[in-house]
Amino acid sequence: MLITELKPRETIASLVDGKKVFIINCIGCKEVYFPEKEIRELENELSASGNVTGIITTDYICNPDNMKLRLEKHTGEIEAADAVLVFSCGVGVQTIASYLEEKAVYAGCDTCRLPGFQGVTPLEYKCDQCGECYLNLTGGICPITACSKSLVNGQCGGAKDGMCEVDGSMECGWERIYRRLEEIGRLDVLKCPTQVRNFATDDEVSAE
Amino acid sequence: MKITELFERGEFVVSAEVGPPKGFHVEHLIEEAKTYLSGITAVNVTDNQSSVMRLGSLAMCKALKDEGLTPIFQLTCRDRNRIALQSDLLSAAMFGIENLLLLTGDHTKMGDHPQAKPVFDLDSVSLIHTVKKLEEGVDLGGNPLIGEPPSFAKGAVVSPCSDSVDAQLAKMERKVRAGADYFQTQAVFEPEKFIKFMEKAKQFGKPVQVGIIIPKSVGMARFMNNNVAGVHVPEEMIEELKKDKEKTKAGITGVEIAARIIKECKPYCQGVHIMALGWESKVPELLKLAEI
Ligand code: SF4
Ligand code: SF4
Repeated sequence: MLITELKPRETIASLVDGKKVFIINCIGCKEVYFPEKEIRELENELSASGNVTGIITTDYICNPDNMKLRLEKHTGEIEAADAVLVFSCGVGVQTIASYLEEKAVYAGCDTCRLPGFQGVTPLEYKCDQCGECYLNLTGGICPITACSKSLVNGQCGGAKDGMCEVDGSMECGWERIYRRLEEIGRLDVLKCPTQVRNFATDDEVSAE
Repeated sequence: MKITELFERGEFVVSAEVGPPKGFHVEHLIEEAKTYLSGITAVNVTDNQSSVMRLGSLAMCKALKDEGLTPIFQLTCRDRNRIALQSDLLSAAMFGIENLLLLTGDHTKMGDHPQAKPVFDLDSVSLIHTVKKLEEGVDLGGNPLIGEPPSFAKGAVVSPCSDSVDAQLAKMERKVRAGADYFQTQAVFEPEKFIKFMEKAKQFGKPVQVGIIIPKSVGMARFMNNNVAGVHVPEEMIEELKKDKEKTKAGITGVEIAARIIKECKPYCQGVHIMALGWESKVPELLKLAEI
């Protein structure tokens, strides 16, 4: 079981302000609690500003086949947008980011853990429900699960020939992130403030 | 003394590294450091290097300081969370240890306790940020420190011959922005690559010490090529080590190679950092040959 929370309004505003956005909403997956009402409010606000090129609201955006078809139907609207804003758990955002390689794909939610059973998520992308989604700073690749040390401020010095120091059969997650940011022309996000992880989020959520 | 003061004065700063033993008898190590390393600026003390459990870096720094040497306290994020790291930083300040080298650290799987929990609560960048906060009189939790805050020379590492040097530069920039004062590099065997790297790294305006390892044997060179990130010993150098076995065994070839690298890199950097890996006794000879 996991839970998503809407990122603070200012954070979302800083991502999409003045930009044309395409919105993808994931609802209805049984394993996740979504802040549906808040998302709808925000969506209405953004639509009122006239900057929304289109919206997809669906379930299981993490299902690649399903999603591919759906995205194809909206190609024009997506192309017209400067950014794609995704309201889903971390796995959903990563799935979308991998499809729209040349687009800036932003996470609108943080994914936190709830105690108990964890839902059936597909294996291709992993989300560790860290409570503070970093995908907007990493080109849509999760640094918590793609890096053996879960580093959030860039690569360690350990990668050899692009492979992780811990597991020679795994690509260094931070090299992947760097290449992706290079591809989408967003190396500037690496100049963000120093990130310090917050391990209190798990408990705060479960205490509620 | 902070080594940043020497950089400011324009001195070419020389440091070398010692690794504490697995055990608590350090007399021999201290004697060796006094004999071979007292002529240089500072001595790095590694922190459970390669994730192998050893005597603590902080204790060894204190022991060296008591003998009149200037230690650089290496601190990694592998074994301690932010509470323990900050606590050790305050302890260092109490001992008058003013030089730090702040690293993420190797993963626990690389060492002799692969079952251990890897901590990585912070990483190199957030650790630098944390030290900066302590220097401003507050801890990472935002709580004020009592009394005058500590002050350190905050060192960090960078890997100039890495195959993804652009990503390394981006990381270096993050470290500079977090508050790094100076850099020591991973071992350099390809001066051309280092010089190219320095052309780009210059923009950050922070002193850089080129990292040097004395190649001991063909086997060691090959091992590094296969296993050590960001290190590549070119084939010609391996041939050179092959040529005269006796000379290589005596360390003469290795010292010649290392001295040559230092000479080539010197005009482009602000110091040298020697990782002697047990060959501390060769350091004076190396520096003489490199004309430092
Ligand atoms: S950064 Fe990774 S682990 Fe954290 S919420 Fe995002 S996808 Fe999940
Ligand atoms: S090599 Fe890359 S993936 Fe592995 S721990 Fe270092 S930064 Fe993370």
